[in-house]
Amino acid sequence: MCRDCGCSLGPAAARAPFAAQPATKGHIESIEVITAILDENDRVAAHNRTHFDRHGVLAVNLMSSPGSGKTSLLEATIRALQGELRIAVIEGDLATENDAARIRACGVPAVQITTGNACHLDAQMVHDALQDLPLDGLDVLFVENVGNLVCPASFDLGVHRNLTLLSVPEGDDKPAKYPVMFRGADLALITKVDLLPHIEEFSVERARDSLRQVGFRGDIIELTRRGGPGFEAWLGWLRSGVAARRAAAA
Amino acid sequence: MHELAVCQALIEQVERVARDNAARRILSITVSVGPLSGIEAKLLEHAYPLAAAGTVAEEAKLVVVTVPVRVRCRTCKAETEAASNRLLCGSCNDWHVDVIAGEEMLLQRVEIETADEPVH
Ligand SMILES: Nc1nc2c(ncn2[C@@H]2O[C@H](COP(=O)(O)OP(=O)(O)OP(=O)(O)O)[C@@H](O)[C@H]2O)c(=O)[nH]1
Ligand SMILES: [Mg+2]
Ligand SMILES: [Zn+2]
Ligand SMILES: [Zn+2]
Ligand SMILES: [Zn+2]
Repeated sequence: MCRDCGCSLGPAAARAPFAAQPATKGHIESIEVITAILDENDRVAAHNRTHFDRHGVLAVNLMSSPGSGKTSLLEATIRALQGELRIAVIEGDLATENDAARIRACGVPAVQITTGNACHLDAQMVHDALQDLPLDGLDVLFVENVGNLVCPASFDLGVHRNLTLLSVPEGDDKPAKYPVMFRGADLALITKVDLLPHIEEFSVERARDSLRQVGFRGDIIELTRRGGPGFEAWLGWLRSGVAARRAAAA
Repeated sequence: MHELAVCQALIEQVERVARDNAARRILSITVSVGPLSGIEAKLLEHAYPLAAAGTVAEEAKLVVVTVPVRVRCRTCKAETEAASNRLLCGSCNDWHVDVIAGEEMLLQRVEIETADEPVH
């Protein structure tokens, strides 16, 4: 049972195996169903959002390919907002606890979800992780998804905002190659722009065009974790998101 | 391979339909999938036998209907097909379009076999 709200969304129970039936000819029926295949995930996602809203927490999901700079951005953000915003992080990773350890070293709570061979987080995994977080004392909860530009896009986690990172070394054509992930984002961050002078093939203009062509309609911020105007714009985006949550909870 | 997770969710829905309708066996399962759902029809078909093994759907045939992406243009109102990474109006090339098909990932239909006497 969920400690926060008493709901019964515990970890999924094992299913009983189906017993084979005798092979006699029966009556055949065709049943029209028409439901979203992931409707159970969507239901848990909506439930997660009630957790966040009850506590006035802004929940943000970060998605990108492996190594685009998700954890680095979180480390720099936590340090920059120390004493101003109370932050916690749910870390998704196939195998290691490394990223949660990096976040804890910045002095904020982190829960590591190791997915084994699952290439994405789903709403139930996030709900399980919520049990170990002090939601009442938080302003922002980040979810760092498994580094993967395909699979996480199909699973709603119930967060308020989805972010997709595109780092300069990956190339400016990534939105065209992974349209679903970029299209579904509310904010796109072009990261590691300090490397632009070394990677002349990367054109910020082409990256922006590519984002527009896949149907992305949000803001685009260019930044490096080392600070500067783009990083300040990111902090501003976060601050206004928190203010909006507080206003909604009040 | 999130298609396996999708297949497992699909099988759970199908098991519910089987239970509600007193099915002895599932003959076929029809799903519709658009490119903007993030699911590959081919990968879904590959993952399906793994998820179905040992369930009521073990012998069922999976039919995947792929739905093309369609957009409606806000400027010229045309409805045209589009590529998932070029969501532009096929008529005037404008990018002010709304997606009207291609995002779905739906269980459409389940064909079941019940006992000799229909149970209604
Ligand atoms: N030059 C430069 N390097 C960066 C920047 N941000 C991160 N990096 C480097 O990129 C590498 C990967 O960074 P991470 O923050 O671990 O990336 P991640 O997206 O969390 O990686 P996964 O969790 O494994 O998917 C590290 O070597 C970082 O030092 C940046 O702004 N500029
Ligand atoms: Mg990381
Ligand atoms: Zn709950
Ligand atoms: Zn996958
Ligand atoms: Zn048009």
